Amino acid sequence: MKNAITVKNLTKKYEGFQLNNISFEIPKGSIVGFVGENGAGKSTTIKAILGLLPVESGEIELLGHKIIKGDRETSFKEHIGVVFDESIFPGDLRVKYIHKVMRNVYVTWKDDRFCELIKKFQLPEEKKIKELSKGMKMKLSIAVALSHDSQLLILDEATSGLDPVIRDEILDIFREFIEDENHTVFLSSHIISDIEKAADYVMMIHKGELLFQENKDEMLYRYGIVRGSKEQINMIPKDLIAGKEEGDFGCSALVWDKGKLMNSGYMEKAAAAGSNKPVIDKAGLEDILLYIVKTKERK
Amino acid sequence: MDIIISNSSDRPIYEQITSQIKSMIMAGRLKEGDPLPSMRTLAKKLRISVITTKRAYEDLEREGFITTVVGKGSFVRAADLTLVREEKLKQIEDLLFKAVSLAGQSGIGRGEIEEILDILYQEGIES
Repeated sequence: MKNAITVKNLTKKYEGFQLNNISFEIPKGSIVGFVGENGAGKSTTIKAILGLLPVESGEIELLGHKIIKGDRETSFKEHIGVVFDESIFPGDLRVKYIHKVMRNVYVTWKDDRFCELIKKFQLPEEKKIKELSKGMKMKLSIAVALSHDSQLLILDEATSGLDPVIRDEILDIFREFIEDENHTVFLSSHIISDIEKAADYVMMIHKGELLFQENKDEMLYRYGIVRGSKEQINMIPKDLIAGKEEGDFGCSALVWDKGKLMNSGYMEKAAAAGSNKPVIDKAGLEDILLYIVKTKERK
Repeated sequence: MDIIISNSSDRPIYEQITSQIKSMIMAGRLKEGDPLPSMRTLAKKLRISVITTKRAYEDLEREGFITTVVGKGSFVRAADLTLVREEKLKQIEDLLFKAVSLAGQSGIGRGEIEEILDILYQEGIES
């Protein structure tokens, strides 16, 4: 079993929105970031792969186990830790008593691991859950998810609404988690910088369609933004362009392989066509997403 | 062992890793049999993707600088160092040959070439 998650032809229809025939694979031992604007279908996808939603069609496997809605089989869930952006624990429960509940939920629950994480995350044991800050609640949910025999962590917007320091700590927890090559993290977020920092692969969804799934480092190295005059931008070979923007004072385009563009002799040709040479900048993940989405929306 | 990764560099991250490990091996700071951190540890510490460290280690292995033993990790393999050095010398010779013949064609004398070399070394680009 090479993949932690396999999804084939997943379709889910709502009024005015549909997840359209989505297929993807999440390889074991990696952190995969799932990005897209609000309402793009991230949460729907995550709920569907967890078997929490009835779907029109699609085959889903988590850790080699087929997911069927209403399935009573739960043993594979011992190995899946799920964190949503809202705390799921009763507000009046004190942090130090959570393990008493959870040890009856998971067969593989480890009290000592939980205590260790509570200390590491500096969570106040005496406090009631409703008294915790949002960041603390999130760390608590993650501590719970890591205190049973989880091999796959699935997080939906787990870092949104948290300050940069706590988000960074949480990313470190994920990095530590996947030091074991059988462990996998699948996280959705619209905080692109988190994904840029931590993910091995990036998967992007837009209006219910999966646009791409790529190796992040390679993507950041390859993509580039060309800025120049309108004629210069129009000279870029069409098959290299991933997105375009026209302004009053020059145009820019996102190319998916800047090395290829530079080797094609474009720079020399473009320089001859304008008073200045066009410039090629590195593209950040956020640039890449924005160019692609905006270009799609204009069509 | 320090590995410094620059995000603004034009070189891909895996290349930054391989070139730094290579120069540590060539300079003798890493010796034959020295263990390298596991790919996953290195990825975590450098806060980069494990795919990238994997690529770097695979390249180093292919070029004969390290060897990876399943279940044990990766180690420096120093056996072919003289060979590597020889190869680099040959590359340098080729490049200098080009430089010198270009200088000859353009009537630029040895003195000026030496001057350029001196300046380059002063600027410390050799590392």
